[in-house]
Amino acid sequence: MLSEGSSFMKGMALGGIFCLVLALLGSFTPGMQSSPEDQHHHHHIKAPSTDELQRLSEPQMVELTKKVRVYCVVMVQPKVLVYWATAKDTWSKHCDQAVFYSSESTKALEAVDLNEKDEWARLRKALKHAYDNAGDLRWFFVARPTTFAIIENLKYLLLVKDPNEPFYIGHTVKSGELEYVEYDSGIVLSYEALERLVKVFKDEEKCPERGRALWKLSEEKQLAVCLKYTGVFAENGEDVHGKGLFNGKSVSSLIEESMVKNPQDVVEGCCSDLAVTFGGMSPSQMQVMMFGVYRLRPYGHDFHDSLILLPPEGSDND
Amino acid sequence: MGMGITRSHVFFVTGLCVGFLYMHYIVYSDPSTAEPAFFPLGHTSSPKNILFDKNESTLSQNVRVLCWIMTGPRNLESRAKHIRATWAKRCNKILYMSSVETDFPTVGLNVSEGRDQLYWKTIRAFQYIYQHHQNDYDWFLKADDDTFVVIENLRHILSKQDPKKPVYFGRRFAPFVHQGYMSGGAGYVLSKEALKRFIEGFDKGKCTHFSTIEDMALGKCMETMNVEPGDSRDVKGRQTFHPYPPDKYLIKQQPRKRPWYLIYDHYKPREVSGPECCSDHAVSFHYIYPVQMYMLDYFTYHLRPYGYKYRYNPDVTTTEVESNNTTTVSD
Repeated sequence: MLSEGSSFMKGMALGGIFCLVLALLGSFTPGMQSSPEDQHHHHHIKAPSTDELQRLSEPQMVELTKKVRVYCVVMVQPKVLVYWATAKDTWSKHCDQAVFYSSESTKALEAVDLNEKDEWARLRKALKHAYDNAGDLRWFFVARPTTFAIIENLKYLLLVKDPNEPFYIGHTVKSGELEYVEYDSGIVLSYEALERLVKVFKDEEKCPERGRALWKLSEEKQLAVCLKYTGVFAENGEDVHGKGLFNGKSVSSLIEESMVKNPQDVVEGCCSDLAVTFGGMSPSQMQVMMFGVYRLRPYGHDFHDSLILLPPEGSDND
Repeated sequence: MGMGITRSHVFFVTGLCVGFLYMHYIVYSDPSTAEPAFFPLGHTSSPKNILFDKNESTLSQNVRVLCWIMTGPRNLESRAKHIRATWAKRCNKILYMSSVETDFPTVGLNVSEGRDQLYWKTIRAFQYIYQHHQNDYDWFLKADDDTFVVIENLRHILSKQDPKKPVYFGRRFAPFVHQGYMSGGAGYVLSKEALKRFIEGFDKGKCTHFSTIEDMALGKCMETMNVEPGDSRDVKGRQTFHPYPPDKYLIKQQPRKRPWYLIYDHYKPREVSGPECCSDHAVSFHYIYPVQMYMLDYFTYHLRPYGYKYRYNPDVTTTEVESNNTTTVSD
């Protein structure tokens, strides 16, 4: 009996030590213990309410509309050219500036050639380039070409936020201790957050270009880790009702899910009226989205929104 | 047996697993992080930011539309249910026409089911409507149980028309009937006078069940009874009624001759594929199954770009529209 008990204890001790060793080797865990300071930061970012906006004067509103301008970072690959072409022809036209960053050069479409196969290294280079070329744009939106974004709704979300504060927004996911923004639903960074990020890129210890871990973290997690070192935390973008604005799935997927979960109230229970992103969209779906978002509407429903955003010049599908 | 696995070994391995898992839990859990706030879906939404124009609510009073859906027992759960959950409530009156009366509720017509019964169903449906509702409504819309309709946009078109005139609207097709006929799938709407003449046609034997092709046969009766086929296109000449889903028309394709699904059209399309196919104030799409029905409902009535100044505004005078056009008006 005693020998069995002691075998058990020995096994437990060994198992525990083994796990600790793996953890130490494999991740940044030791530095990532949540400290009391982390408790006071916000996990959710809500769109402004009508009251909030009504309190602003007309000139204030105009000023804010002018300042909330978005630089879109679209990460493309030549092997999926049709996605690239579609993003270029659809939602990205509504960015104040949309720049396509490619893994390799191609004559087919204009892009910044990063000449980089590794996803994380590519993202780093793209973000650095965006930072260097931001001009007077203060908000950055990073997306894959399978994501459809409604930039007007992004601007609405960010309208009263100060880009000189660090913001890292999207659909947040928790993985163990790490809270990160899901790549497929789009990543939003304020100028301050990007500036801190670009600085920490230089720190090979905290934010290595090629991950040293036993198992590689995905680039969305790498990003969260690096940002966390600079004191920037992921925040979930929501509308005034608390509904998520960033979706990693397509509209049809979400509707299908809602038909199962809320059969009596499929549309209400599905997605926000002011959703910013939908992921996993095919090129055809994106073309239909342009019509659904920017054109199709019932006559006589006027919204009297607090700000005015004009359609892009020379565009024929919105 | 001497070299086999002893009980000690079993305990050791169990301990190994327990120790590992326990450590894993300790290292990777973070009980201090609060869960994101959960808003139950039954949460009542705050008053929406919609201010209906005086136009819109009076439109509903002045342009009274009775909608009837061509359906059957097999499709109530799979299709009609989703129409009931979405656009049907925007009609002034909704009727579901079937061969059997049920609590759905459906009206039971004296017909059987089947593709070849569709024109009988249509005749009986209009006769029922004429008998029970002819005085209460101005316009009478027929739709299939896979048609999505935006009633406000229908009212907008009809508000400029006189229901006492013999006229009907829909997606005008050219073949088979000299003055053309309206596509059944895309839905068509008869004025009060047109309905009266349709009923009269059958009463007097001027119209008969000469074909099972519902839309074409009705179109022939309309012609016989001197009911005019109206033009439902918007002020930019774009179609409002569509016999196919939006992706059929919107997805840009290589320029070529008119594709087969546009060959029946009476009016020449502005473009063969792409966004000029369809009016911003589209009235209908067809072959819309439940998921797409809710999607279109979401796109039409919910999802929108905040603050966006839409390019198309039919209330602006025509001269202004022409000068604002960035695309050339082809014909």
